[in-house]
Amino acid sequence: MEAILEQEKSVQVTVSGSVALLESLIAENVQTIFGYPGGAIMPIYDALYDYNEQLTHILVRHEQGAIHAAQGFARASGKTGVVFATSGPGATNLVTGLADAMIDSTPVVCITGQVFSHLLGTDAFQETDVINITAPVTKWNYQVTNPEEIPAVLAKAFYIASSGRPGPVLVDITKDAQLKTFEWQGYTKCAHIRSYRPKPHVRVEFIDAAAALINSAKKPFVIFGQGVILGKAEAEFKAFIEKGGFPAAWTIMGMSALPTDHPLGVGMLGMHGNYAPNVLTNECDVLIAVGMRFDDRVTGRLDRYAKQAKIIHLDIDPAEIDKMVATTVPVWGDCKETLPLLTERLQKQDHSDWLAKFHELALKEHEVVIEQELFPESGQLTMGEVIRTVNEITNGEAIIVTDVGQHQMVACRYAKYQQSKSNITSGGLGTMGFALPAAIGAKLGAPERQVIAVIGDGGVQMTIQELGTIMQSKVPVKILILNNQFLGMVRQWQQLFHDKRYSFVNIESPDFVQVAKGYYIDGQKVSERASLRAALETMLAHQDAYLLEVMVGKENNVFPMVPQGCGVAEIRLK
Amino acid sequence: MEKQEYTITVYTENHVGLLSRIAIIFSRRKINIESLNTSPSEVDGIHRFTIVIFETEVNVKKLVRQIEKQVEVLKAYYNTPDEIVWQELALYKVSTDEIAEKVKVERLLREYGARAVVIRKDYTVFETTGHREETDKLIEVLEPFGLIEFVRSARVAIIKASSGFHEKLREFEAIHPAADSLTIEL
Ligand SMILES: Cc1ncc(C[n+]2csc(CCOP(=O)(O)OP(=O)(O)O)c2C)c(N)n1
Repeated sequence: MEAILEQEKSVQVTVSGSVALLESLIAENVQTIFGYPGGAIMPIYDALYDYNEQLTHILVRHEQGAIHAAQGFARASGKTGVVFATSGPGATNLVTGLADAMIDSTPVVCITGQVFSHLLGTDAFQETDVINITAPVTKWNYQVTNPEEIPAVLAKAFYIASSGRPGPVLVDITKDAQLKTFEWQGYTKCAHIRSYRPKPHVRVEFIDAAAALINSAKKPFVIFGQGVILGKAEAEFKAFIEKGGFPAAWTIMGMSALPTDHPLGVGMLGMHGNYAPNVLTNECDVLIAVGMRFDDRVTGRLDRYAKQAKIIHLDIDPAEIDKMVATTVPVWGDCKETLPLLTERLQKQDHSDWLAKFHELALKEHEVVIEQELFPESGQLTMGEVIRTVNEITNGEAIIVTDVGQHQMVACRYAKYQQSKSNITSGGLGTMGFALPAAIGAKLGAPERQVIAVIGDGGVQMTIQELGTIMQSKVPVKILILNNQFLGMVRQWQQLFHDKRYSFVNIESPDFVQVAKGYYIDGQKVSERASLRAALETMLAHQDAYLLEVMVGKENNVFPMVPQGCGVAEIRLK
Repeated sequence: MEKQEYTITVYTENHVGLLSRIAIIFSRRKINIESLNTSPSEVDGIHRFTIVIFETEVNVKKLVRQIEKQVEVLKAYYNTPDEIVWQELALYKVSTDEIAEKVKVERLLREYGARAVVIRKDYTVFETTGHREETDKLIEVLEPFGLIEFVRSARVAIIKASSGFHEKLREFEAIHPAADSLTIEL
């Protein structure tokens, strides 16, 4: 069948909705699908049986795993991730991943099977109202009941998912639409939808106003988010800060858009970010926000956030402008276009005194926090020294996928990155269970790169079944469990803000190495400083997947910290 | 900033599911929709939502941007009452006997601009069109005579300053839309 379509694209040929779907995916250059079959999507899986050569289907162990894998794939490759799931429970299992992809602007297209159209609304077996359930967590969704719509709907889906501010799209296809045949008219990619404006028009008057403000600044400060990565504007961004000599700090989602050792890079913003960028947010005179959305984890208490500063906000999504922080000059548009326009207008200036302030505070943070976190001489292993050792072995070339909790904050604080798209984490939703499946996707999206999943002993058990996917699909990811025998981040809050009332944070774990062995994945466990480096080297040199469990200090805390309800300048070093 | 009444006008594609996507923009933020109307617009195939809420201007602006972010929404506007011409329609069902005996129907019709839509032996249905205060007043008048049923429609509104959507749509339809059709008002 596929051969016929290949040869006779112009000639009319009769296809089923299922074949039309697969042909549409191929026309969108999709090669990898993450999925799980079931009754309502069986015609698609039946068609897939004949598409072995063009499409690789990764059978996951849970649909949440499929969508997180697709997210990891998208984040590592810059392409759109694709998911198949069946109706009812298959579709509802996607919801967490959709919400995660929505808040972190990740392009994903999910195809769900649906019951026969004549059964819609009858509480039929495995029928759920997927369109309404997923409406708030998708950029767009659509139910197909007529197979003839499939090529155009898929074209729209891929266009919407990947353009403008990217996001997840879900297409629900009833079983009759998968089965019914129609005359294939060919596939046309979508490049325009009249009601959809992916990029607001760039207004030169605002570029001029922004440039004038920046040129007049004595203490300009750039903060950047994932918009730089999504806009593929890393080079434009670097040129911008280098010409202006601006100190620049990243959000967790913007991390790796600028090499972490760049001389103008002053660290991570936010609750567990670095000391200097948080404190000096409240001292700068012009704050230039690029492709970020002023999340509350970044701003802390809003009425104490950068009140002294004039604010310039560059964003592709007009709804983000003035949403959290009132801007002085809004710069709507794709930062790949707007940044060079600003750079052109910059006067070369010397901000080295201002930059020195960042270095001064960084030194303080180093003395109080970082030194003992990265180079402890006695006591239990720290998460920080594990990450430092990883950096030393990989030279910052690896993709690090993190789960959620203390290990995430430590990994993001201390990981070194040379390349963009190297830090993959659930930033907006904070989804425990994200890392293991996302690492699978990241490895398939960037097979040439080393992919390390850094996960807590709590989070790993949320999606540990994906070890089965790693086993079966032979995905050589490296799994680094930082085991503190607690739900560490929650324990930290209970210690600091709830009088150490450790309420249900004491979590017991199986023998993870044995569990991995059960899936035929090699691994080991270390708890001694002396054996850490060798164990990491073994893991990273291993050809196949590998699980390394590192026992770390039970009650270590992540600092600095901006306590909830406090302003960024109230950041605590201990 | 003071909360006040805003009428939001949204031009959209005719797409199943869009109503709920727009509704959840409000419910997610726990904002009550006072009135919601969907209807055709001046442009064939383009739908028009008219939504009334009580909010601050800062929030209305944010809501409008969230609405415009929906893929099937072409454009959304917000207006204060003085910027629009608006009407609501109300229907009142009363017992014909009661009304014939105790009230002068003629006078009622005149005073409140009401009109009898149906007159049967057992009941009469009146209709008024106007602003909320006007339609509310007639309820008070009719209540003593046993108001059997009352219903009021959603608001429909025309924006005084608008020149319609025909021209805008042509801009949107162009593959390379004109600069100002891509511009979001401040
Ligand atoms: C699905 C989900 N449930 C609950 C939480 C709340 N939560 C945030 S961090 C955390 C603890 C994570 O513990 P662990 O995975 O062991 O990592 P650690 O903090 O110890 O590094 C919890 C429970 C969450 N983020 N996601």
